[in-house]
Amino acid sequence: MSDITKQSLTELVENIKDKKLSSTEVTKAFIDRSEKSKELNAYITEDFTSALNKAKKFDQKPNLDLKLPGVPIAVKDLFCTKDVKTTAGSKILNNFVPTYESTVTDNIWKEGSILLGKLNCDEFAMGSSNETSFFGNVQNPIDKDLVPGGSSGGSASAVAGQLTPITIGTDTGGSIRQPASFTGTVGLKPTYGSCSRYGIVAFASSLDQAGPMAQNVKDCALLQEVISSYDPKDSTSIDFKRNQYSKELTNNIKGKKIGIPKEYRVDGMPKEIEDLWQKGIQYVKDCGAETIDISLPHTSYALPTYYIVAPAEASSNLARYDGVKYGFRAKGENLIDMYEKTRSEGFGAEVQRRIMIGTYVLSSGYYDAYYLKAQKVRKLIKNDFDEAYKKVDAILTPSTPSSAFKIGEKTNDPVSMYLNDIFTVPVNLAGLPGISIPAGHDSRGYPLGLQIIGKAFDEQNILNIAYAMEEKINFKNKITDWWIK
Amino acid sequence: MSIDLKTIKHISKLSRISVDEKKAEKLAVDLNSIFEFIEKLNELKTDNVKPLTSVAETTLKLRPDEVKSKNIREQIVKNSPQDNEDYFVVPKVIE
Repeated sequence: MSDITKQSLTELVENIKDKKLSSTEVTKAFIDRSEKSKELNAYITEDFTSALNKAKKFDQKPNLDLKLPGVPIAVKDLFCTKDVKTTAGSKILNNFVPTYESTVTDNIWKEGSILLGKLNCDEFAMGSSNETSFFGNVQNPIDKDLVPGGSSGGSASAVAGQLTPITIGTDTGGSIRQPASFTGTVGLKPTYGSCSRYGIVAFASSLDQAGPMAQNVKDCALLQEVISSYDPKDSTSIDFKRNQYSKELTNNIKGKKIGIPKEYRVDGMPKEIEDLWQKGIQYVKDCGAETIDISLPHTSYALPTYYIVAPAEASSNLARYDGVKYGFRAKGENLIDMYEKTRSEGFGAEVQRRIMIGTYVLSSGYYDAYYLKAQKVRKLIKNDFDEAYKKVDAILTPSTPSSAFKIGEKTNDPVSMYLNDIFTVPVNLAGLPGISIPAGHDSRGYPLGLQIIGKAFDEQNILNIAYAMEEKINFKNKITDWWIK
Repeated sequence: MSIDLKTIKHISKLSRISVDEKKAEKLAVDLNSIFEFIEKLNELKTDNVKPLTSVAETTLKLRPDEVKSKNIREQIVKNSPQDNEDYFVVPKVIE
């Protein structure tokens, strides 16, 4: 089988279970393609030799009852992997080798999967274009010099470019859904508390969630089923009954009520996004669902709220990088000087900017005006969703206000970069699940995504809606392999 | 509202991030544009709104206080930039 890397996760699992393919063959195919795809810069750390050894070992005594039997997978470099370097895209963690494993990756290995390597991302997951990574830009397989989105840019690029059959990212304000939208892939941000945060390099703890990224909805459902678990090691992990998302997946969404929020029709939104949204509305109607106009009145306050809450939590979380216990250390004349130089040389510009914003909004005299205010508005934003869900089962919106942009296009204007997350951020603030699915192309042939937002813990419902829509949309990603010489 | 260079220097001290003049000026421009954007929140009256501190409205679970990891001293210092057997080494703090 020469086209192994073109197969979906579901196909690969079937072929391995039917003994038509071995783990070694599959692993080798993805390694070969990854080797030819260095120009994408999707990997920070490759673990290919070890991956092949694990695949050979799996084939000697294959356990075919597992959910991901011998399937290789590369993961975002924000997940701690035991004995494999974990950098979070930062110079400050450039030499950090965890002595423990994140719960989410551990769940993946327990189902028989094999680590291929660690994927590039914005530094500490702070960015919307993967341009803040210490390890350089990532190319979008869709077109040269196009950003893959961020922060899970390496993950999105690797799935779209078929360097890994599936992957996991993290999403604090849109970091799974926005890159999925930019690369024509499927990305799910689960309900806050669905996937353990243990062993994930922390950015903003009240918003961070890990989630699956895949070529299609079924693969996404299968991976979600594997990674979601109750974990006593994360105090915000929630003990609820988790579905067998891939087994319970259905395209029957007849009678579902889907909300269309008028506030998502933002000023200056390109016509092609509006057209895509209208097409999406038609698709769900064709599937037998009913659409209802709703209002989420505080939508325009979500981004300003996010840019207080997230940096505040980040400034606290990133206080640990002091050059003492692990990571990079700069030389200093005394202890304080060492701290200040370590953090100044170890963090990139965007991370420093956010630490400073966070420190400022939490500082004496400003806490009430900024941080407390933001927490109150966050409550109003959550109330909007609670009200809407009295009338509807899910909400349909565009994933992003535009398609992917060129590398360097927005790096000088932080606010214009932040506006990328205008449709995704409210979902994190309210702790809800959201999925982005590819739904069309813009005039240049770049993919555009639609987002389905669900009630808390209702991943099955939004996966079902996505699955039904996917069938109608019949999206084909236009990948020319331009980077392979 | 405007964030001046003096404020930038103060925040940089609190953040333990050293900044030179050039960097401070750039940060002042960026932070001012970001705070201008954030000021939008003042349009809303929130006097009677309870702040949302966690979306997961559950009470934290209690668990027995047991030692789960033992003899991991070596692992703890493994990634340190400088150590002396069981200790982290830092620049001299007491003369």
